[in-house]
Amino acid sequence: MTDMPDTTLTSDPSHDEPGDHGDDAAGYYTPGEPIKDTKAPTGPIDERWQTRKFEARLVNPSNRRKLDVIIVGTGLAGGAAAATLGEAGYNVKSFCYQDSPRRAHSIAAQGGINAAKNYKEDGDSVHRLFYDTVKGGDYRSRESNVYRLAEVSTNIIDQCVAQGVPFAREYGGLLDNRSFGGVQVSRTFYARGQTGQQLLIGAYQAMERQVAAGTVEQFTRHEMLEVIVVDGKARGIIARDLVTGEIETHLADVVVLASGGYGNVFFLSTNAMGSNVTAAWRAHRKGAYMANPCYTQIHPTCIPVTGTHQSKLTLMSESLRNDGRIWVPKSKADCDKDPRDIPEEARDYYLERIYPSFGNLVPRDIASRAAKNVCDEGRGVGPEVDGVRRGVYLDFSAAIARLGKDGIEEKYDNLFDMYARITGENPYETPMRIYPAVHYVMGGLWVDYDLQSSIEGLFVTGEANFSDHGANRLGASALMQGLADGYFVLPHTIRDYLADGPFEKVAEDHPAVVEAKKAVEDRVAHFLNTSGTRSVDSYHRELGNIMWEYCGMERSEDGLKKAIDLIRTLKDDFWRNVKVLGTAEGLNQSLERAGRVADFFELGELMCIDALNRRESCGGHFRAESQTEDGEALRHDDQFAYVAAWEFAGDPDSGGMGTPVLHKEELVYTAIEMKQRSYK
Amino acid sequence: MKVTLKIWRQPDAASKGAMHTYELDGVSEDMSFLEMLDVLNEELNGKGEDPVAFDSDCREGICGMCGLMINGQAHGPEVTTTCQLHMRSFKDGDEIVIEPWRADAFPVIKDLVVDRGAFDRIIQAGGYISVNTGSAPEAHSVPVPRDDALRAFNVATCIGCGACVAACPNGSASLFMGAKITHLGELPQGQPERDTRVVDMVAQHDHEGFGGCTNIGECTAACPKEIPLDVISRLNWDLHQAMRHGH
Ligand SMILES: Cc1cc2nc3c(=O)[nH]c(=O)nc-3n(C[C@H](O)[C@H](O)[C@H](O)COP(=O)(O)OP(=O)(O)OC[C@H]3O[C@@H](n4cnc5c(N)ncnc54)[C@H](O)[C@@H]3O)c2cc1C
Ligand code: SF4
Ligand code: FES
Repeated sequence: MTDMPDTTLTSDPSHDEPGDHGDDAAGYYTPGEPIKDTKAPTGPIDERWQTRKFEARLVNPSNRRKLDVIIVGTGLAGGAAAATLGEAGYNVKSFCYQDSPRRAHSIAAQGGINAAKNYKEDGDSVHRLFYDTVKGGDYRSRESNVYRLAEVSTNIIDQCVAQGVPFAREYGGLLDNRSFGGVQVSRTFYARGQTGQQLLIGAYQAMERQVAAGTVEQFTRHEMLEVIVVDGKARGIIARDLVTGEIETHLADVVVLASGGYGNVFFLSTNAMGSNVTAAWRAHRKGAYMANPCYTQIHPTCIPVTGTHQSKLTLMSESLRNDGRIWVPKSKADCDKDPRDIPEEARDYYLERIYPSFGNLVPRDIASRAAKNVCDEGRGVGPEVDGVRRGVYLDFSAAIARLGKDGIEEKYDNLFDMYARITGENPYETPMRIYPAVHYVMGGLWVDYDLQSSIEGLFVTGEANFSDHGANRLGASALMQGLADGYFVLPHTIRDYLADGPFEKVAEDHPAVVEAKKAVEDRVAHFLNTSGTRSVDSYHRELGNIMWEYCGMERSEDGLKKAIDLIRTLKDDFWRNVKVLGTAEGLNQSLERAGRVADFFELGELMCIDALNRRESCGGHFRAESQTEDGEALRHDDQFAYVAAWEFAGDPDSGGMGTPVLHKEELVYTAIEMKQRSYK
Repeated sequence: MKVTLKIWRQPDAASKGAMHTYELDGVSEDMSFLEMLDVLNEELNGKGEDPVAFDSDCREGICGMCGLMINGQAHGPEVTTTCQLHMRSFKDGDEIVIEPWRADAFPVIKDLVVDRGAFDRIIQAGGYISVNTGSAPEAHSVPVPRDDALRAFNVATCIGCGACVAACPNGSASLFMGAKITHLGELPQGQPERDTRVVDMVAQHDHEGFGGCTNIGECTAACPKEIPLDVISRLNWDLHQAMRHGH
């Protein structure tokens, strides 16, 4: 299929020289027009958002009631937007697949939320938060968006405190901060290990207040399965009522997707069971570009897999790395011993050894890959799963000796309890075992500065868009982004679009509506009528294994090409041989999962193509061919300083993915200079 | 290990339900309770029988989506959520009875899945602080004593799972409601609406068909987040105050 001309340019593929890094994905994609306009205002970076807010047109309050806004998702990004647009007087319809908006997966965030308040007077500022975020993202994010994020971060804290979010406080009654994720200032606000929960409850309550006020109508246990595009504009969605099974049409003037991340393409991840790509993928199939889909964050401190029954992975907060020391035995022979019997000199504290200046606190991507490497060498610990021990020790004995058991208990109590419950081991007595797991996706639907996708009238917020974190997200920055988008950015940018509305009413029998509804009905019927033999979950698990093996912590040209073949074969089999019981009427959880897995197949393929195209290592994306002499990630700014925005080019009516079209958005930095990261 | 499962099966809200018995072999103690049910469902699917419907999402004990009556106890034998319960709490040969939450205000949708929409409606009635986006003062303009903030946080950890209602012989949601009243009532920001909040939430609670509280304390024993019983005293106190203020 391809005749990779340039991969033979270097004799040693692990050490690409600067210069031309070939076209690994040739044959898998079609080059498209570059993206020229991101709608970001020009001028000094610290004035751009003010300019945009001023230039965005206003909507007369009496008109707002006549404007219908659909918001899919009730996490921080969607819930905050629903509340804010409801308060402004728009007519909002809010959707989530759980039984209550309060259960969106934002609830699970533990560590905290960043904001440039500089309450500690430790030299923090909007500019520093901006700088840290761009650098942390390995210079693959759009600078104007990131600056805006840092700028509005301070408003978020004010808003949340006013809502009654019980952040941690100091004795004097002022807010406490901690430092998080490898930065040198303390700017992370937190509510013990449940920051996401408290922030989400704040947004949820604000939204419920609008439900009571009649501006927001909430549709729980509803899954969006298609977007309706009329004359190039997003005008509504098709959703399935998960309780009655009814396929419903909802029309509006504008549609917002705040549907979260797609980490579950790996089957095992720290995401919720229902987290999916369907909302985003259906929009992608209708013309919304998918940007940087291969940028995945793999979190180093999760509880390892214990067996094939496992349904999800559990994160242990990153803050544990402040006090725990990570090690594996020096010798393979010691791997099945009780760790307490392994003497100090037989232990390899590999992070402290390789990265003497950052030690156990190196960024997530680096810590994760190092753990994989020692396990690949056969020095992992814990039970063997499929013949390999995949785990490393996170040892608190030194910290317990230093701070006492009480000291550790006060800091990490709930985490230690959770660990004990899941593993049956007592982490106060024996070291924890951890292993990296898929946690977050930086990739997502492409949006411009206004958070509008390449479909007019379709806006995307929160983890579902690609916008702010480049190739790697810093800890405590996703909550910040979700609330920034929902409370402070979207409500301003969407009004400029709505200023042209209300748009001409779309009739329920408009061909575009009928077509979208029929597509959903056909898919449902297909799953129920395929009298196959394999369960949905078994396909999902197998897809996840392929993704983890070839598109996980380390990616290579050969591996990715193999993965694409495997995914295509498995996908064909899925469509012919999946077994979904029950009916279309009423609650049918296998049917729900079948639809989600069908979309994960296509996404998985695109992720591999994106990873194949990007023959450089940056942030969470590590290409084996692009590393330094000592195994560190090597970026190629000369060739890859762009956002890869993929356009769907298959036939929307058939199952085919076609050959995606690559549009490049060049990344230009005016306020920051690009550098290679170093943590040695 | 091998377990015998007695599970409530009910095709939909309108149909009558009944207990069904399933034998499940090859259960490992590392499995979570819900992973054990996943394994059962894979087996049922293989045999062409409709899998058991049950709710879960985060499977980390924080979203509040899961919730089963296990051998008559809400969330089972440990103080945690159903999704955080592991099979090491059971032994080979055990019989495990699994039912949905039972309460008039939580109608069954299918098998083990119930409708907890009433909780949202209680919050809609007043479980919030009225502050529009963008109108908040600087966060440090109102210091909050650390202990007040801590008390507010401790009860704000309620996950809205409904175990308290399921455990209560009267099907009361007083613990859930008291947790919210206390969370917002501990904070200076929550004071202006304190009276109307409690009056409106209680009215909605009663309207939804939840029962009254008779101080039995089953709720707090079942609560995976250990919300203390005294939030109900706080609720009653606030209600009396509000009435004295003429609400
Ligand atoms: C375990 C864990 C810990 C984390 N800790 C932190 C942290 O400490 N700090 C930090 O900054 N970030 C953290 N993150 C990341 C952060 O929590 C998420 O990125 C962020 O909360 C996502 O918010 P969201 O609003 O975009 O999406 P979500 O909160 O995931 O919400 C998605 C919403 O979309 C709805 N939805 C999805 N698909 C459909 C559909 N097809 N139809 C209808 N509705 C749909 C869902 O019902 C839900 O309401 C953590 C993530 C995890 C998993
Ligand atoms: S009070 Fe406890 S049992 Fe009741 S809903 Fe909240 S967390 Fe669940
Ligand atoms: S599934 Fe979220 S609390 Fe159990």
